Amino acid sequence: MSSDGVNKERRRFLIATTSVVGAVGAGFASVPFIKSWTPSAKARSVGGPVEVNIGKLDYGQLLKVQWRGQTIGILRRTPQMLEDLNEVVEKLRDPDSEDSEQPLYANNANRAIRPEFLVVNMHCTHLGCVPQIIPQVGPQPYDETWMGGFYCPCHKSKFDMAGRVYKAVPAPTNLRIPPYSFLDDQTLILGVNPEGAI
Amino acid sequence: MKHMSRHSILTGLVSLLASVSIYAAGGAHLEPSGVNIKDMAALQRGAGVFVNYCLSCHSASYMRYNRLSEDLGLSEEVVMENLVFAETKLGNTMEIAMTDEDSERWFGKTPPDLSLVGRSRGPDWLYAYMRSFYQDEKGGWNNLFLPNTAMPHALWELQGIQTIKADGDHAADSHAAGTVIQLELTSAGKLSPEQYDSTVRDLVTFLDYLGEPAKLKRKKIGVWVILFLAVFTFLTYLLKAEYWRDVH
Amino acid sequence: MGKPASSLARQAVGFMTWIDKRLPVTAFWNEHLAKYYAPKNFNFWYYMGSLALFALVVQFVTGILLTMHYKPSAAEAFASVEYIMRDVDWGWLIRYMHSSGASFFFIFIYLHMFRSILYGSHRKPRELLWVFGMVIYLLLMAEAFFGYILPWGQMSYWGAQVIINLFGAIPKIGEPLTEWIRGDYFISDATLNRFFALHVIAVPIALLGLVVLHLAALHETGSNNPDGIEIKETIGEDGIPLDGIPFHPYYTVKDIFGVSVFMTIFAFVIFFWPEAGGLFLEPDNFVPANPLVTPEHIKPVWYFTPYYAILKAVPDKLMGVILMGLSVMVLFFLPWLDRSPVKSIRYKGAWYKILVFTFAIAFVRLGMLGMAEGTPAQTIEMRIWTFVYFSFFILLFFLSKGSKNKPVPKRVTH
Repeated sequence: MSSDGVNKERRRFLIATTSVVGAVGAGFASVPFIKSWTPSAKARSVGGPVEVNIGKLDYGQLLKVQWRGQTIGILRRTPQMLEDLNEVVEKLRDPDSEDSEQPLYANNANRAIRPEFLVVNMHCTHLGCVPQIIPQVGPQPYDETWMGGFYCPCHKSKFDMAGRVYKAVPAPTNLRIPPYSFLDDQTLILGVNPEGAI
Repeated sequence: MKHMSRHSILTGLVSLLASVSIYAAGGAHLEPSGVNIKDMAALQRGAGVFVNYCLSCHSASYMRYNRLSEDLGLSEEVVMENLVFAETKLGNTMEIAMTDEDSERWFGKTPPDLSLVGRSRGPDWLYAYMRSFYQDEKGGWNNLFLPNTAMPHALWELQGIQTIKADGDHAADSHAAGTVIQLELTSAGKLSPEQYDSTVRDLVTFLDYLGEPAKLKRKKIGVWVILFLAVFTFLTYLLKAEYWRDVH
Repeated sequence: MGKPASSLARQAVGFMTWIDKRLPVTAFWNEHLAKYYAPKNFNFWYYMGSLALFALVVQFVTGILLTMHYKPSAAEAFASVEYIMRDVDWGWLIRYMHSSGASFFFIFIYLHMFRSILYGSHRKPRELLWVFGMVIYLLLMAEAFFGYILPWGQMSYWGAQVIINLFGAIPKIGEPLTEWIRGDYFISDATLNRFFALHVIAVPIALLGLVVLHLAALHETGSNNPDGIEIKETIGEDGIPLDGIPFHPYYTVKDIFGVSVFMTIFAFVIFFWPEAGGLFLEPDNFVPANPLVTPEHIKPVWYFTPYYAILKAVPDKLMGVILMGLSVMVLFFLPWLDRSPVKSIRYKGAWYKILVFTFAIAFVRLGMLGMAEGTPAQTIEMRIWTFVYFSFFILLFFLSKGSKNKPVPKRVTH
């Protein structure tokens, strides 16, 4: 078997070229297999947007709705409740929601498009239990100066009336705000951002 | 019809002649349907026919409405307005309102789901089937390709009514193998025979697509895959030949 | 080779030394690839083994992915396949790869076995290699049979019905046996579920084990070649067969080319002709299984049809089953039926060429007849070819001993 220099060059070139083209092909070929793991059309259909009628929601009332397997809470807040949000800032770990998850349009002080309605993912950011809503102001066993909010019975995490997490509780971040928008005064839709929103 | 011109009489005669269909009993020989699923317009029209005439009894429960928007070049609004009825969401599958019990009661059996009929029967058979309904001696609907079918002629208003052409040579209900049965249009429908054939072709085009929505996409991708593999094969050949120079 | 120059190369060598002290990777690489000497005159027929292995890998990968979406219950199976075809991203591609892959697997295996008949690759000392291969063939047929029921279409259901009922022909134990196989009084959810377990877990593991044994047996004796001569009988001074070349790089590079050609053909089928005219995917299987409605024409998938024809050729049910079974089992004895001193068709007399040619025609023709309706004329033809099929083995046994042969060369030819 001959093994002079010219042959070796050509061999190296051919091995390199074939390997590169082969790797590219393998890359393209793996796409369908990997993509087959993404949510199917059925999952996308079931996980599709959910319209919610909020016309009959009373002040201080919480409406729970399922969206993508998550419990979403829609809470109607009184002007007093909104004012009280400023009172609790010292107790909160992340009052400006810098570390928590919410769409840009809900990155404001009251974490909502329309301040009156808080639309929040009800799963505690610690380990996923659904907290209780305790909207009334007054001393509670877990907080002498309770200004209303969410209390998670599992590991005693506390959140205020905008879903913002207290200091010194197991939950690390504020309750998440899902994507949503208003179709009209009475109806909001979960899973769809407002037009033009990022 | 007092002022019928010679021209329209001629046209009427020609179209009557054209409507005489010739099929061997048992449907052994099928004429080609001419279905082409690349014809987007035909697909869209066929979808309309399907939704308006078939979907009341036949579900297409493996097909989602939103896919019609993706594949047929129709916007979601157009699909929602023209193809989706009642409270159905765009992501839903194409179901019917009729329950199995009701359909048993009214038709004697549940109309089969049509998602895959394009694959199990094939376009040529479907094209022949939808053009072979006739009214038999008992006054009910029958079909040359599914004798004594429980299905009425859903498109009769478009086609009109066909009956078996009376022929002195053989009995009207002779379905013996090899007997050629001819149908003739005895009562005109809203469409001329050519228009009806074209409508059926559109419907069958849609059914062909319905059976395998990925068909359009797979052929397009396939061209690229084979081109790539041809290049890659050539390279592997060069590599192999290069090494095998050593071997004598 | 000289000393490794770069520090990266030195590190690689160091790493391999560490591994080799704990697991004989380099030794394995040498023994089975870089210093495994295969005859240098392999031709077209010798692609089939590596292609079959590639097909096995394809079936494993696509099969695992399908199992992630498929639902093995009578209520959900059919719909889950359509879910894969429509709702799962690229599901249709994975499904077509699996359905077409099965057929290609059988094409390769049949050509692979035929190579053996041509060149005597099953002869001494490779009898055990052939036996392992035959076991793989049986397992593959079982795998295909169990797999075909899974879509739960009309052909899945009724094909299973027919084949399982064949076992009912066995006297005394037949009926309880079919009930035991089905797990029910009729083909049902119970049957589907257990066939799923067999198809996904039991048979694949057995197949893997047998492929390992098959390759181990091959490497023990070394490969045969188109001239049917033993290259180990002519060894050079360095202890290497004169007609041998190291499997790596020569056959690795050749097999990569073979795989690439196959992938091109495979791509054509998957993207342009997945049903293959009803051969790979049958129209009746796009209709959900209905125990009340029998399809007009029940037939197995094409790779079973030669044996199905033999079954149909015999008027008696039990005798048909026995003869069909025999037609597969007789292949096990091939190494001992051929008593010619010469292995390869190239050096055997014309009698062998005629026998093999006729046998091949018989197998193909039986396959075609197995797919057909079974008119009286076809039944007569099936009987004729069944007779031809078995005659091959009988005549081979009697004609091979003492047959006149051409002189066999010492070195391979091309």
